[in-house]
Amino acid sequence: MHKGAGEKHGAKHPLLENIVSQAPTYDVLVIGGGNAALCAALTAREAGASVLMLEAAPKEWRGGNSMHTRNLRCMHDEPQDVLVDAYPEEEYWQDLLKVTGGITNEKLARMVIRETATCRGWMRKHGVNFQNPLSGALHVARTNAFFMGGGKALVNAYFRSAEALGVQVRYEAPVDEIELDNGRFVAARLRNGERIEARSCVLAAGGFESNREWLREAWGQNERGEWPADNFLIRGTRFNQGVLLRYMMSAGADIIGDPSQSHCVAIDARAPLYDGGICTRIDCVSLGVVVNREARRFYDEGEDFWPKRYAIWGRLVAMQPGQLAWSIIDAKAVGRFMPPVFPGTQADTLEELARKIEVDVPTFVKTVTDFNQACVAGDFDHTALDNCHTQGLDIEKTHWARPIDTGPFYAYPLRPGITFTYLGLKVNEHAVVHFGGKPSSNLFVAGEMMAGNVLGKGYTAGVGMSIGTAFGRIAGDRAASAAKGEFKHLQGEQRHAA
Amino acid sequence: MQLDALIKEATSPQGAAEVRDASGMPVPPPPPGTMCNGSAAQSLLTADEAEVSRILQICNACRYCEGFCAVFPAMTHRLEFNKADINYMANLCHNCGDCLHACQYAPPHDFQVNVPQAMAKVRAQTYQEFAWPQPLGALYKRNGLAVSLALAAGLALFLVLAVAMTGSLRHEPLAGDFYAIFPHNLLVAMFGVVFMFAILALGVGVVRFWRQSVPGPRTGAAIAEAASNVLTLKYMDGGHGKGCNNEDDAFTLWRRRFHHFTFYGFMLCFAATSVATLYHYLFGWSAPYDYSSLPVVLGTLGGIGLLIGPAGLFWLNLRRHPLHGDMAQRPMDLGFIGLLFFISLTGLVLLAFRDTSWMGVLLAVHLGTVMALFLTMPYGKFAHGIYRSAALLKWNIEKRQPLNLNLGAD
Repeated sequence: MHKGAGEKHGAKHPLLENIVSQAPTYDVLVIGGGNAALCAALTAREAGASVLMLEAAPKEWRGGNSMHTRNLRCMHDEPQDVLVDAYPEEEYWQDLLKVTGGITNEKLARMVIRETATCRGWMRKHGVNFQNPLSGALHVARTNAFFMGGGKALVNAYFRSAEALGVQVRYEAPVDEIELDNGRFVAARLRNGERIEARSCVLAAGGFESNREWLREAWGQNERGEWPADNFLIRGTRFNQGVLLRYMMSAGADIIGDPSQSHCVAIDARAPLYDGGICTRIDCVSLGVVVNREARRFYDEGEDFWPKRYAIWGRLVAMQPGQLAWSIIDAKAVGRFMPPVFPGTQADTLEELARKIEVDVPTFVKTVTDFNQACVAGDFDHTALDNCHTQGLDIEKTHWARPIDTGPFYAYPLRPGITFTYLGLKVNEHAVVHFGGKPSSNLFVAGEMMAGNVLGKGYTAGVGMSIGTAFGRIAGDRAASAAKGEFKHLQGEQRHAA
Repeated sequence: MQLDALIKEATSPQGAAEVRDASGMPVPPPPPGTMCNGSAAQSLLTADEAEVSRILQICNACRYCEGFCAVFPAMTHRLEFNKADINYMANLCHNCGDCLHACQYAPPHDFQVNVPQAMAKVRAQTYQEFAWPQPLGALYKRNGLAVSLALAAGLALFLVLAVAMTGSLRHEPLAGDFYAIFPHNLLVAMFGVVFMFAILALGVGVVRFWRQSVPGPRTGAAIAEAASNVLTLKYMDGGHGKGCNNEDDAFTLWRRRFHHFTFYGFMLCFAATSVATLYHYLFGWSAPYDYSSLPVVLGTLGGIGLLIGPAGLFWLNLRRHPLHGDMAQRPMDLGFIGLLFFISLTGLVLLAFRDTSWMGVLLAVHLGTVMALFLTMPYGKFAHGIYRSAALLKWNIEKRQPLNLNLGAD
């Protein structure tokens, strides 16, 4: 039996009075179960609204892609518990500007950035624990606050807090349709046909990266006749099917972001189709060479540090025949990169390695030998942009180039892994869904479904959680106001002020 | 868009997500024993050890749990996990469960990562393997039975002995003079021999465990920190101070608190016995001692701790999430907890009724339970404290050694 605060608000909205519904009416309906949805639900509940959350996944798979995250990019002007030094607003903004190539919205971005300076107290209150940066991630000790136990621990904490506060949560409750009345949210229609009304709604149901048909369509067919997306792996949840995104697009909601773009990383080809998460990374690319199925190199493996390049490599591998490549290292590289989850293919000679990975042996040996001969001796240092490079190759390797000559040799297969998609619903500073440039009075959106407003391209560690947390809380707050009928007033005031 | 199919797939026992190899062929999830380049060391592992190795290979590529306890930082000192590493880390694991509930790869994920369960299984194997004399290590396997038999034997021994000594189980009140029933020297001889054997057996076992891998010299700082880790149960605080998991993903400090009641209750009882021994031999003061005397006060306080602690642990153990630890070891855990509880209960009842004609029976029952504990000490749950303390000392030495890996950044 529902006992949320919403019962106090009395009668249903006058427009809905004629509609017979068995289900209880909630103030705020939150569709989704990840970080942004939870932040919205908690904030709305704290504002006194009765809240129902609908999570498409079963309980054990709840949390969407948030369960694979590990940190939050945080602005701070001085050291803060787990964060060292300072990371001022301007630097954060410049970083965002750089990774997005300007495809961002400064006003919204700065809102997110400022929010990260203060939101951690609230996160702690709801049970999130922070820890010092993980070994292997010390380079972000200044910019990123790590969740103890990672994103699933955060999701668990938020769900516990939400339930303790009286937020109703339903699992395996995928929503297919949103009933709208001239841009105003009326009800959500579940897969099973159930209709759920609420006074306002927050959409936070993720992108469409797990929808393989959609990815296929977005990536299209290449000049070899392949459908590259058929060979992509999904790094996160299988439940981000983009059902609501597509529904809202067809309902005329304003969209933002390039539907053909996604964050695409080179990961271990043996990763599971879904939910491979962090551990399927392959971190030895910059220590050796990468060849495609035709045993040829295709890009400078030493262009920059791997954390700054892995997203480029996803796309590079996607363009290779069969969407497959091999990272090749020798014994000298072992122990110099984060341990991979699957063992490499091992061989004592280059010929044997080529046979084992089923590429053309003479071509492979020639590729590696040419590379070895082109290596200019230098002072190898994999922790700096060193002076070991090649000279005289069509595709040079500009750092960390050392001959691959010491057995045993190892090969790790690479495939593109999709992290998230950029397509989303256009919002203003109130996280409101817009139709033809006109804001809805009670429909809001948060998380991956609108991250493209701030992050139109690229990525930098922890920024997805920053956007999800900031806009989740904004959406929850505004949705609670809208349910109380205060939101329009607030908007009017803002317009007046402007 | 077949979300129903996805839910079905996601909720099926194996997850059943399609897993493909480089050439597009389906492959099963990383099977045990194949994750570590198949080196020769791996082939020497037991199936349970190979499972730990498989899991740690996944954990080492993830590392989200580094803040919880010592196991994950110890893991980052390694790229591969041999038998000694696995035995050491299994005993370093406190089975707090924090990493299980935080794990993105825990069941129902294909990777089936369950660190506390895998560690618990290996832990039991290490107790068996290092047991001395080795054949008695088998007692760990059916430990519930072993404890029951020891208890039955202990009770029978003292009840029969009581009858033999005094001709009857009832007697005139003796003002709490235990030695009127069982002569002091007889008790000293019986318990002394069994206790010394237990110390010797556990000592040989833990030395074998220690020698399997010695991380470096034992420094004072390492010993002091290890002692502090043991005495405060540092690694049951979850790293965030909120404690362990028990039945679900919520944290509780009660496992740690009840363990403290148990441990310090036991130590107070041990102290009571030690003080009484000093009284007897050093000062010639014979039992029975006054209710306000040091041995009785210590023993009473310890006894109360040993009622509260084991009762709480028993209750929590029954409510424990089924994926925590190794269900097969539950009889061992509960047998030990139950035995401690009954030792305390019988001791306190004996104290209360030591001036009545029931003293002889109560004394026989109490001594029987204590004897059962002493008999099973080297071959039961008691060993966990010894091996875990040694593992914590190893960790405190190891973490002071320079890290030989330079993995760069992910």
